[in-house]
Amino acid sequence: MHELIDLLEEDPGKIEDLIDSLYDSIEKTDGEVQAYLETADKEPLLAEAREKAERPLKGVPGTIKDNIQTLGFKTTCASRFLEDYDSVYDATVIKLLNEAGSPVLGKVNMDEFAMGSSTENSYFQTTRNPNDLTRVPGGSSGGSAAAVAADEAIYALGSDTGGSVRHPAAFCGVVGLKPTYGLVSRYGLTAFASSLDQIGPITKDVYDAALLLNVIAEQDEMDSTSAANPAVDYSDGIDRGVEGLKVGFPEEYFGDELDERIQDKAERWKETFEDIGAEIVDISLPHTEYAIATYYLISSSEASANLARFDGVRYTSRADTESIDELFSKSRDEGFGAEVKRRILLGTYALSAGYYDEYYGKAQKARRLIKGDFDDAFAEIDLIAAPTSPTPAFKIGEKIEDPLEMYLSDVFIVPINLAGIPAMSIPAGEVQGLPVGMQLMGESLSEELILRAGYAFENAFTG
Amino acid sequence: MRTVIGLEIHAQLLTDTKLFCDCSADYFGKEPNTNTCPVCLGMPGTLPVLNERAVEYGVRAALALNCEIPERSKFDRKNYFYPDLPKGYQISQFDEPLAVHGHLEVNGNVIRIRRVHLEEDAGKLIHQAGNYSSVDLNRVGVPLIEIVTEPDIQTPEEARAFMEKLRQALRYIEVCSGDMEKGSLRCDANISLSEDDELGTKTEVKNMNSFRAVEKALQFEQKRQKRALNEGEKVEQVTLGWNADKEEAKLMRSKEEAHDYRYFPEPDLVPLKIDEAWKEEIREGLPELPDEKRERWADEYGLPEYDIDVLTEDKKTATYFEETVAEYSSPKTVSNWMMSEVFRVMKLPEAELENVTPTEFAYLVKLADDGEINNNTAKEVLEEAFTSEDSPKDIVEERGLKRISDEGLIEEKIEEVITENEDAVEDYRNGNEKVLGFLIGQLMSKTKGKADPNKAREILQEKL
Repeated sequence: MHELIDLLEEDPGKIEDLIDSLYDSIEKTDGEVQAYLETADKEPLLAEAREKAERPLKGVPGTIKDNIQTLGFKTTCASRFLEDYDSVYDATVIKLLNEAGSPVLGKVNMDEFAMGSSTENSYFQTTRNPNDLTRVPGGSSGGSAAAVAADEAIYALGSDTGGSVRHPAAFCGVVGLKPTYGLVSRYGLTAFASSLDQIGPITKDVYDAALLLNVIAEQDEMDSTSAANPAVDYSDGIDRGVEGLKVGFPEEYFGDELDERIQDKAERWKETFEDIGAEIVDISLPHTEYAIATYYLISSSEASANLARFDGVRYTSRADTESIDELFSKSRDEGFGAEVKRRILLGTYALSAGYYDEYYGKAQKARRLIKGDFDDAFAEIDLIAAPTSPTPAFKIGEKIEDPLEMYLSDVFIVPINLAGIPAMSIPAGEVQGLPVGMQLMGESLSEELILRAGYAFENAFTG
Repeated sequence: MRTVIGLEIHAQLLTDTKLFCDCSADYFGKEPNTNTCPVCLGMPGTLPVLNERAVEYGVRAALALNCEIPERSKFDRKNYFYPDLPKGYQISQFDEPLAVHGHLEVNGNVIRIRRVHLEEDAGKLIHQAGNYSSVDLNRVGVPLIEIVTEPDIQTPEEARAFMEKLRQALRYIEVCSGDMEKGSLRCDANISLSEDDELGTKTEVKNMNSFRAVEKALQFEQKRQKRALNEGEKVEQVTLGWNADKEEAKLMRSKEEAHDYRYFPEPDLVPLKIDEAWKEEIREGLPELPDEKRERWADEYGLPEYDIDVLTEDKKTATYFEETVAEYSSPKTVSNWMMSEVFRVMKLPEAELENVTPTEFAYLVKLADDGEINNNTAKEVLEEAFTSEDSPKDIVEERGLKRISDEGLIEEKIEEVITENEDAVEDYRNGNEKVLGFLIGQLMSKTKGKADPNKAREILQEKL
């Protein structure tokens, strides 16, 4: 994207070529990749892009996960429930992108209501990994990552509740950044788990992620949990390097569940960091083993309330019934897919009288312990590096029948959301032609440092 | 048999906007579903933003009810499905309410207040002819405080008195209109009966839309439970709905149908912090409360308790009284005029208290009190002044209504009366003293009632 912006700066007329090539590429490859659920009409988009030529992003269009409210498009959350739901307002991030000169090219596929790690839980279609069409793109922002990887998008926005930006970025071989909780407004992001949700960019490279974060990181009076913007220019000084930086490798992230080939890759990551002047430190995050259970309890509990509004009464599809209770239950039975129902049931159970303390209450305590691990670590070191996923992209259908197995593939990414800290997955080699992602984590509001380190690594790493 | 009653009161706050969005909180009488926005409709992706004014009003109410206000409270989600609840949960406060441990004194009894918390109102279902209902979401998100008493109320009459006292306090501090018929003040009650110190099984009574209904419904339920217990039946823990027309309480749901609301902390809102400085600022901004006012008036004005009760009933009247007394310091006279004449005139459709300033009202009371205008004239002036733009002074002066105390002028008129009524004069002189009344009447009609009757009598007797 940043090269295109430079190009358009010199010759704004090139916007037409750019948009032509995007539509060509969607037409050529999306039949196989199946990333898009909806695209803008080309002529109006071009007109809009031209109007925005003077703004910082020069009319370069973005691709948006279909759980972010976008006027002029549906926002289906890849759910049958919202099959015909037209957005009634723009999310704050969409407003900010428009103001910065980036119109919306289209909306992309995801796991239904962002619940899943493979994008197989979409009601509409299964998105494929552009690197190997027999494999999943990861999830839940699989459409966003696949579109960027397949050159069907210049950049995309995803949402990350328990790794949903970083996971597909790793599987597809692109960059995915989950900002600090509260750095980017959640207003207009269809809520999955409110205390964990965060919108983040998926891009070709680290520099693009910095450019986008410059646009979307802004305190928003519509989101009470949004943080004061530290007013950092994330791209300025991104090339200052990492000389003297301490990078921790947590032992818990290199256990038996990790694919040996990725284990081997990690040795190359350490060498690269040392080459660019960073110091490698072995660290421990002792409560990591509780992260999966904690995450699924908290996120499902919040989801059980957040998804209660889909009840068949107002804007969602409605079952034909005789009584109001039947209307609720039948509409929800027909409207939600299996994974969403599983999580609603789990969350409802965890919050029930008599079980609350045992499940939700305990999960909150575990969450504090997990956050404490990171606080302790960052007292000693600057950044943590680890694999984003224990395996490269798996086959379509391989885990969809085994939810627990699917949940376990989130083991390295969910602790970050529980702690509320930022993390970025960047391409860090391949195993048998499949991309591998390395995740950089920092303390709250350390995006500037994460981006700088990611940029240095990206330039130095040779595979 | 001992009766134990506890109340749960919902009061709508008089803020400009709703609790979590910019929609108007004044929804009453609007076209259905026009007073809404994506936030209060719970459209996907929207988030609540707390209305600071609602917090302030909640704190005012809590302070007026003598509550403690912890430095930190938080919001929680109360989960249940109902068509008038667009998000499928209500944002309320569960285990860390805005305020705790208050009390309100009612006729000498202290009723403890367990808690006061903030929450959002739901919409309304309008049951249509045929097998369906319409949903009106204009009211969704209007700020409420829920006030929960301890089970300290002993009779249905005391429950009513508590509600009246509470309404008075909420109106004094201007946080709630207190209109039960319109639903801006709502009351649910728990009632149980027992023979000993143990609490009996309680039932809940809902849908009481007036003070009278609170009393009637609780009397009904008290009688029903008493009969059941006397006949050796068990009282079931149920929820009943009061039907004011039929004057009976009907079963709404049994204990088995009770909800598990699955409360958990609202992740979209940060915990609410109320620091000492803000609390004190709000406390200092509170007006004098009814009980304080009553005590002061008894000291300062020496008014009878009845007068004090009537005149302090609402703050506007009380303030009007005080401002009038400041201009004419004869409290009992002012009180009499207000309780009889002003209250009578205020029932007229065109009457406005604002039409006559306390200063102007004091002028009129003084005029009558000094005998400068007669009482009936004063009443007429008062009625006209409160129902028009004209001040009492203008009316009195324009029409020359002041009494004639000028002895010369009265003498002149008396001479005329004597000349014109020779027969009557003759009668009087022959000892028929009753005729004096007739002659004074003649004088009054000549002076259009303005002659000072005492002076007139004096002069007339002299002349005769």
